[in-house]
Amino acid sequence: MDFSFVQNYLPMYAQAALLTVRIGCFGILAAVLVGIICSMILYFKIPVLQAVATVYIELSRNTPLLVQLFFLYFGLPKIGVRISAEGCAVIGLAFLGGSYMTEAFRSGLESIDRIQTESAGSLGMNAGQTMRYVIFPQALAISVPALVANVIFLIKETSVVSAIALADLMYVAKDLIGLYYQTKEALIMLVAFYLILLLPVSVIGTLVERRLRYAGFGA
Amino acid sequence: MEEKIQLQTRDLVKKYGDDTILNGIDLKVRKGEVVVLLGPSGCGKSTLLRCLNGLETVDSGEVLLDGEPITAHGKNMSQMRQKIGMVFQSYDLFPHKTILGNVILAPVKVQHRSRQDAEAEAEVLLRRVGLWEKRGAWPRQLSGGQKQRVAIARALMMHPEVMLFDEVTAALDPEMVREVLDVMIELAGQGMTMVIVTHEMQFARAVADRILFLDQGRFVEEASPEQFFTQPKSQRAKAFLKTFTFDRCATTENSVVI
Amino acid sequence: MQDSGLSILFMGSNFLRLLQGLWVTLQLSLISVAVSLPLGIAFGMFMTLKHPAARIISRLILDFVRIMPQLVLLFILYFGVAHAFGWNLSAYASAVAMLVIWGTAEMGDLVRGALISIPRHQYESAAALGMTGRQTFLEVILPQTVQRLLPPAINLVTRMIKTTSIVVLIGIVEVLKTGQQIIDANRLQFPSAALWIYGVIFFLYFLVCWPVSLLAKRLERRMN
Repeated sequence: MDFSFVQNYLPMYAQAALLTVRIGCFGILAAVLVGIICSMILYFKIPVLQAVATVYIELSRNTPLLVQLFFLYFGLPKIGVRISAEGCAVIGLAFLGGSYMTEAFRSGLESIDRIQTESAGSLGMNAGQTMRYVIFPQALAISVPALVANVIFLIKETSVVSAIALADLMYVAKDLIGLYYQTKEALIMLVAFYLILLLPVSVIGTLVERRLRYAGFGA
Repeated sequence: MEEKIQLQTRDLVKKYGDDTILNGIDLKVRKGEVVVLLGPSGCGKSTLLRCLNGLETVDSGEVLLDGEPITAHGKNMSQMRQKIGMVFQSYDLFPHKTILGNVILAPVKVQHRSRQDAEAEAEVLLRRVGLWEKRGAWPRQLSGGQKQRVAIARALMMHPEVMLFDEVTAALDPEMVREVLDVMIELAGQGMTMVIVTHEMQFARAVADRILFLDQGRFVEEASPEQFFTQPKSQRAKAFLKTFTFDRCATTENSVVI
Repeated sequence: MQDSGLSILFMGSNFLRLLQGLWVTLQLSLISVAVSLPLGIAFGMFMTLKHPAARIISRLILDFVRIMPQLVLLFILYFGVAHAFGWNLSAYASAVAMLVIWGTAEMGDLVRGALISIPRHQYESAAALGMTGRQTFLEVILPQTVQRLLPPAINLVTRMIKTTSIVVLIGIVEVLKTGQQIIDANRLQFPSAALWIYGVIFFLYFLVCWPVSLLAKRLERRMN
């Protein structure tokens, strides 16, 4: 193991990891937003929008992120839509993750008993208030395990953004392997950085899930 | 009687597909009156109660509160519902809120009352149902009877003019039925207008000012509790009451007919 | 209008070439699915063993494989194995190895989850009827497990097909790479080729994965 090599290139990896985190954060936030909007459209069965959301979900779930990115980054400029590589990555992640987040929220919403809606209604709450104060908070708690799984999935998916010339962890590792043949060090650092990014999310997710599953409200 | 009609239905019809659940219901409930709806299961009494609160849309006819029509999906739905409290058979507390949280949620968010004001009233009501000590507990930590008492307090927080009770003791263990019914009897004593669907005949007899007997979506008989339980007029009411007495005979005399 | 449109697709053998590229993608996916599903079943059953060492080791392998991006696994196999052991795995072999390892881990986790989700009283009531352990497993547990397993296992197939797209990054000539070649070759004549070619590839993936997703959804619905 060449430690001076590791030391020299550590900052490069750290910077790349930061890029992954940045794309991941914005992408996941946007995906959650898309998920909330789509799950509400499906829950309230809003005409027209419901059909749009369904088509979007099927397109998003049945195509790979890499192909989505190629289309956004190389394809769209041909009709005058130019988006920066980082913008493409965030949009791609939101497009992909939105459908997964929708599914997470949707199953949470569906698991709430009808009586909750009715008793909120009999207390004089309108549909919006019922959703905001009664249904959504409960659905959110039920969705947490699925949301955490989606967060991990989406951070993992960011690994393909090197294909549109973003200097993320994969890009740096590939670069170093190509330039210096320090394959072992480059790969170990790559794995280590992904573990640093993903393990905490996974551990927190497991803890939260356990707490929710065995205790629920009022532990 | 001269007292004013508070809740009224006019020729109410409700269908599920081809089944007519309610077939021309004319109901009048006076202010401060306690009306108990009785009838065999599937007779439409729960559906009627849900129509009174706009939880079910009606196919024809109308429901009037203080002479004003309640129309489902109307603009005034939320306002109307605040005047009609309802307690359901299954425990319908919000599991993500504490007992206090459950009771003050709607007053704060719907009626925009101050938290302080809501909590002060919650204390009065929760004390009345004997659960102020449990204010910090979560619904899942309460027994079924306690949950139903909280549900009653929660409905009362909105200062309803009428309270609807839909078989509120049906899902309870027998030893918890009493504590809930006691709260309801106390409420009736204070002059609350109430419409009750129940299977507890003794309770119905004790609490009701008037019994309405429903069968196949129609009112078959209307009587004072005394009269209904001792001298029912209609054949169907007699048959209905017999199902309860037969139970008793079968168990006490232990006679097996060949 | 000579530039825009899908005309590039119908020039020469372009569309055929794309389909050939798609076939490479599908071949990779199908081989990997065929190998990893049975391996995953074995691995999943292995993970339910009570033996502590077996559980810890399988857990560690599973967690590592499932938490790493598939592209990292691919890099480890393609660059790392050659470096560490001197075996020069071809890009194709690395891709198959990655998909099989990842697919086995995912399938194993599904199998394990399905097995432990069968309630204890199913084992107990089978035992109470005098069934042997083997009979209990074959007659009672397995049919229920398969029923629960089928929808997520079929979903895993679509996930594997989608994951196959990343092999382009180690230079395998599959559908995306073919697309790139067509775009490059027609750069001057068809400047907007990228839009159409990548759009078509997007829909090709959709056309392949969608029916499989629908099948999974239908099975899931039938179960409920």
